[in-house]
Amino acid sequence: MSRVLVGVKRVIDYAVKVRVKPDKTGVVTDGVKHSMNPFDEIAVEEAVKMKEKKIASEVIAVSCGPAQAQETLRTALAMGADRAIHVEVTGPAYDTLQPLHVAKILAKLSKDEKADIVIVGKQAIDDDSNQTAQMTAALLDWPQATFASKVEKTGDGLTVTREIDGGLEVIKTKLPAVVSADLRLNEPRYATLPNIMKAKKKPLKKVTPKDLGVDIAPRIKVVSVEDPPVRQAGAVVPDVDALVAKLKEGGHI
Amino acid sequence: MIKSFVKLISKNNVLEQIRYASQALPQLSSEKYNIKRKTFGTIEPSDVGYFRSILGEERVLTDESDVLPYNIDWIKNCRGQSRVVLKPRSTEEVSTILKYCNDKRLAVCPQGGNTGLVGGSVPVFDEIVISFALMNKIDTLDDLSGALVCEAGCILENLDNYVREHGLIMPLDLGAKGTCHIGGNTSTNAGGLRLLRYGNLHGSVLGIEAVKADGTVIDCLRALKKDNTGYHLKHLFIGSEGTLGLVTKVAIHCPVLPKSVNLGFFGVKNFENVLKLYKSAKSKLGEILSAFEMADFDSIDCTVKNLKLPNPISEYPFYVLVETHGSDEAHDSEKLTRFLASEMETGLIVDGTVASEPAKMQTIWNLRESIAGAGLAGGYVFKYDVSIPLKNYYDLVPILRKRLGDKALKVFGYGHVGDGNIHINVTVPQYTKEVSSLLEPYIFEEVSKVNGSISAEHGIGFRKPMYIHYSKDQSALQLMKDLKQLMDPNGILNPYKVLPDAV
Repeated sequence: MSRVLVGVKRVIDYAVKVRVKPDKTGVVTDGVKHSMNPFDEIAVEEAVKMKEKKIASEVIAVSCGPAQAQETLRTALAMGADRAIHVEVTGPAYDTLQPLHVAKILAKLSKDEKADIVIVGKQAIDDDSNQTAQMTAALLDWPQATFASKVEKTGDGLTVTREIDGGLEVIKTKLPAVVSADLRLNEPRYATLPNIMKAKKKPLKKVTPKDLGVDIAPRIKVVSVEDPPVRQAGAVVPDVDALVAKLKEGGHI
Repeated sequence: MIKSFVKLISKNNVLEQIRYASQALPQLSSEKYNIKRKTFGTIEPSDVGYFRSILGEERVLTDESDVLPYNIDWIKNCRGQSRVVLKPRSTEEVSTILKYCNDKRLAVCPQGGNTGLVGGSVPVFDEIVISFALMNKIDTLDDLSGALVCEAGCILENLDNYVREHGLIMPLDLGAKGTCHIGGNTSTNAGGLRLLRYGNLHGSVLGIEAVKADGTVIDCLRALKKDNTGYHLKHLFIGSEGTLGLVTKVAIHCPVLPKSVNLGFFGVKNFENVLKLYKSAKSKLGEILSAFEMADFDSIDCTVKNLKLPNPISEYPFYVLVETHGSDEAHDSEKLTRFLASEMETGLIVDGTVASEPAKMQTIWNLRESIAGAGLAGGYVFKYDVSIPLKNYYDLVPILRKRLGDKALKVFGYGHVGDGNIHINVTVPQYTKEVSSLLEPYIFEEVSKVNGSISAEHGIGFRKPMYIHYSKDQSALQLMKDLKQLMDPNGILNPYKVLPDAV
């Protein structure tokens, strides 16, 4: 049976309206409700399902971030992960933490924990990078099965269905491997009350990137973060002739 | 901000028109309920000409397909025969319209978001519909006192989004928030999901501007918490469903936006345990408890199946939703954890889930809020909204199941336990007089026996005037009639609604 490492990121909840900081260095996160990246939730669900199907022996959740990342890890534990590792990154270092750093951390932990499968969400909804799975696979020199919409254990490997333009692609991979979860892979469960209570007592280990020997000096500089342009207000025209005239005036027809 | 409100509203109306066009029309209310038209004037082309002269062409709708959506209520229960819809933009225009209608004895039917459940918002015969959709401007918001002053046609959800930007929330929340108007909420004294915490509109509405039948504008629009100067006239317009005057502006008190919100959704074994859990929630969660709602198995089952919504927990005979609003996350979650641990121990909570993430909480609330509309997918729904003392709260549901047998698809109950208010829905493939006569007045008699109210929050509207006596004494009804006579002597305001003909 395999050991599964699943990466979870704490992001601004998708129901919250995101605001750009006045100095355009990023977005406002203070006092804003956060939750687990929805794609990572799908990744956790898949890992827990693997355990329920006895494909996996243990599920380890990992999150990189400030102290509050532990809340996200508790959510993963409540969903069914067995233990958690909090890689503490705070303050300015967290502001500049990039997919390459996270990939290095996940790669190192995969080796340390002797994981056979790494599952992460295909991207985080805050920076939309879509790089961590791919970089982790490259660093480990493992096969990668990205954008998975179905994962099955076949023989000593995985058969993964991927959503690609205009259809589905089915690939087979040996283990160990890195998988990234797409939207339709599963529907994440709500943690039940008994499991929420149990999660409070499950082991959670705290480490730092330094402990893991990972240099988190930024490689990319964020130049500016800006709001999308405000959509122009529409106008109501009295009849078709006026509409046609307006369209002509605007050079659309 | 104001411009975007206008845009939202017009978009909603278009959607509504499309929705109605795709459905079979309900029977005319006058035929279905055997009502005779009162001796009002009939609309002449010259009347339409007059309305056009004050509102312009675009704000006087006379085309049959344009008028149709204003004639039908959203539960497809009532259909009126109005041929004219007026869309005033200001109090002055409402006043001018009413003065003219009063002089000519033309009946009017005020309409907000048309989300009412007792047929109060649609005409019965050819009453002129006065739609408040274009009166959607926000006047002022005092973020220190929390007083919001706005026009009657503002959509509740838009107001909530607006005041949230200023660290406040609207004191009421209901399933129809995306469509209903604050003027309609006020006129019907709408209750909703957080009444338990923030009280009803008689408390949170600070002031009202309304227009009487003869066009007189009554200005009670002070945004004061305390104002004991003479009779509290604003209360006459709260809950009188547009029969004493048309609300044009509202001053309302908005509580502060809670910093910490938690939502629990639990499975409970039986109704007795629901009540025990309520008692425990009141004492263990105390001041942070903001909602305590229940739904029985069929309510949730019907919503999950008909609307294809996810149920976050397994199946249970009863479900309870508990929400907390507080100012300190650590404090609230500690309290909640203790409450949960203790009630799981006692077995009052069999299973469940809790969430503090906005997206997850929305999913859970959405399930609860969608129950009201879920039955419609199966055909026709008889809807009852009654207040019953808590010890008898759920009694009627099993009684009705037995009484109707296989004549009903489903009988289910859900509602605001905290307010003693239960909604009972009876779903049938289609409306029949037979089922109707098994339900009415039977339900109202039963409610009356336990000193309940036959309408907790939906109002009397068109559907219940004949039953009002089950909840109001003759002496009270007579005074209501006197007030109506005083304020609307020609009876042009929302006729056939609220008060029965014979008192």
